Amino acid sequence: MKILVCVKQVPDTNEVKIDPVKGTLIREGVPSILNPDDANALEAALAIKDNDPNVKVSVLTMGPPQACEMLRECLSMGADDAYLLSDRAFGGADTWSTSNTLAAGIRKIGDLDIIFAGRQAIDGDTAQVGPQTAQRLDIPVVTYVQHVQVIGNKVVVQRQMEDGYELIEVQTPCLLTAVKELNEPRFMSIYDIVDACSKEITIWGHEDIKLSPENCGLKASPTQVFRSFTPPTKGKGEMLNGTAAEMSKSLISKLKGLHVI
Amino acid sequence: MIFNEQHELIRKLASDFAKKELTSEVLDKIEETDVFPEEILSKMGKAGFFGIKIPKELGGAGSDHRGYVVVMEEIARASAVASLYVSSPNSLSGGPLLLSGTEQQLEKYLRPVVTGKKILAFGLTEPGAGSDASGMTTTAVEDGDSYVLNGRKTFITMAPFSDYAVIYAKTDMSRGAKGITAFIVDMKSEGVSCGKPEHKMGLIGCATSDIILENVRVPKEDMLGELNQGFTNAMKTLDVGRIGVAAQSIGVAQAALDEAIQYAKDRKQFGRRIADFQGISFMIAEMATKLQAAKHLVYDAAYKKDTNQNATTAASMAKFYASEVCNEICAKAVQIHGGYGYMKEYRVERLYRDCRVFTIYEGTSQVQQLVIAGQLLK
Repeated sequence: MKILVCVKQVPDTNEVKIDPVKGTLIREGVPSILNPDDANALEAALAIKDNDPNVKVSVLTMGPPQACEMLRECLSMGADDAYLLSDRAFGGADTWSTSNTLAAGIRKIGDLDIIFAGRQAIDGDTAQVGPQTAQRLDIPVVTYVQHVQVIGNKVVVQRQMEDGYELIEVQTPCLLTAVKELNEPRFMSIYDIVDACSKEITIWGHEDIKLSPENCGLKASPTQVFRSFTPPTKGKGEMLNGTAAEMSKSLISKLKGLHVI
Repeated sequence: MIFNEQHELIRKLASDFAKKELTSEVLDKIEETDVFPEEILSKMGKAGFFGIKIPKELGGAGSDHRGYVVVMEEIARASAVASLYVSSPNSLSGGPLLLSGTEQQLEKYLRPVVTGKKILAFGLTEPGAGSDASGMTTTAVEDGDSYVLNGRKTFITMAPFSDYAVIYAKTDMSRGAKGITAFIVDMKSEGVSCGKPEHKMGLIGCATSDIILENVRVPKEDMLGELNQGFTNAMKTLDVGRIGVAAQSIGVAQAALDEAIQYAKDRKQFGRRIADFQGISFMIAEMATKLQAAKHLVYDAAYKKDTNQNATTAASMAKFYASEVCNEICAKAVQIHGGYGYMKEYRVERLYRDCRVFTIYEGTSQVQQLVIAGQLLK
C-alpha cells in the first residue's frame, strides 16, 4: 500500500503578528513549523505503516526551498520519502491554484492508495486545499476524519460532526483530511533523524509536473487578499476546578505567582 | 559550523520532548515521590535518547557526540534528573562496554541498555577511593573459571534498580592503577546487595546507593577488556562522561538564566521592573556571557571528539568551566529572585540544588584542573 501525506510549512501563529499599517503578516523572525493538522495526518499514515511493513509513506509539499527543513522532520518521524514542489512560478498561489499544482505532483508520483491531508493550515484556515485536490484527481474525499481503519481496499472512517460522528466506508484511492482528535503525533526519533539526513528530497518545478507557468501560482489564482487584520481580543477567564479548599489554594498560588499578593 | 542539519533536528526533538513530557506537574511529582515515571523513560528510549552516539549495528541511533550534547543540554534545561537517565547509557554505562566489550558482550549487555530494556550502573568510586580511584580496595581473585569479587562501591547512580553493573576491582594489589580489571556483574548474582538509597541534596528521582559485593562469582567471560587494563577503560569512559556533565551544566544554566530574565522583567520594586536596575541587569549580562563561553567550550570538546582529535584537555576545560559557571549562574538566579528564590515553589530553588553536584561528580573541578595542567605542563 502506498500512502501520501500532503503537508505545509506554516509560520507558528502563536508567534506571528500583523503589521497594523500594511495589514500583512510579519513573517520575519517567526519560526516555521509543520502545520499541526498535517502532523495528525502524517501520524495516521505512520500508524498504518507500524502495523504493516509493506506500507510506504511519502510526504508532499509545495513551497520555497526552505520547506525542505519541514520535510526532513517528516522523514525523521518515519516517512519513507519526500517530494517538494518548488518553483518561482508557484508563488502567490491561492487554494485553487495550490490544489491544481498538488494534484499535478500527485499524478506524477502516481499509484497511491490513500492521500492524507490536514483539515486546514493555521495560516490560512481555509480547509479548501484537501477537498479541491481530491476533486481535481477525481477521487472520493472525506473531511474531518477522527478515526481511520483500513480494511483491504476500503477505508472505514469516522467523520467528526459537532454532536457526534458519521461512519463512512470509502473505496481507495481516496483523500482524507485529518483533525487533531485523530491521534497524538509521534516525536521524531534520533534513529530516523540520522537516516533522514542522508535521504534525497525530490524537488520538482512546473516543467517536471507538466504545468505551464500560466496555470500556476498568482497568475492562476482567482482569489486576491483584500486586507488582513487582527480582530480585537477578548479577555480570557480561567476556570479553576476541584473542592473549595483546592481552588482557593490554587488561586492563592496563582496570585502569588503574579505578585499580586 | 559546529552543528549540521542532523544536530539541529536532534535539538528540536529534545526540546519538543522536554516541553511536552517534562511538564512542571510531572517534575513536581518526581520531586515529591523520588520516582521517575517509567512511561517517560520508555518514550525516551523510543526517541533514541539512550543510544544517541552508539552505532546503529549495536542497537544505537548512530549519531555522534554533538548529537549527545544537544540532547543533554535540552533535556537538562527542563530537568537535570531526566538528563541523568540520558547520560548513563550513553556514557558511564555504555562507555566501558563500547570501549572494551567483546562481540558477545556488546550483544548481551550493550544492546538492551541502549534500547532502554535494561539498566547498567558504573561502579568505580569507593568509600575510601573517590578522586583517587586507583586507591580502591575491592578485590577480584581468580578461582577456576570465575573471579570472586569482594568490596564496596559507593555513590553508584541507579544502583538500586540496575540489572547489571560494571565493577572495577583490583586483580593485582601490588600494581596500583595497573592492577585494576573491569567486570560486568549481574546485580541478581548471589552476594550482590545495595545499600539504602542516599538522601541527596538534588537530582531527586534517580536513586544512588552503595553496591556491596560479598564473594560474588563472576564468570571469566564477563571480564570486560583485558586483565589489569580496567583503569584505562575507566579513565577513557570518564573522558566522555565529562562532556555529558558539561552539557548538563549548560542546560541547567540556560534554565536559570531564562528564569532570572523572566523574573527580572515581571518583578516590580520601587515602582519599576527590577530589570531596570543596573545591579540586576549587569548580573544578567554577566550570566549570559559566561554561559555563552561555556557553551562554546562544550561544543568544541564534542566537535573534537567527533573529528577524532585529542579531546582530553577540551573535555576537562568544558566540564570544569561549565559546571563552575552553572553554579554561579544558578546562585545569581536565586539572588535575583530574592526571598522567592529560596522557596520550593520557584524553579530556581531546584536548579540551585541540582547543579551543586556538577562540580563534584565524574571528576571534581580540582581533578579537571589537574588534567588540564598535566596536559599543558608535561
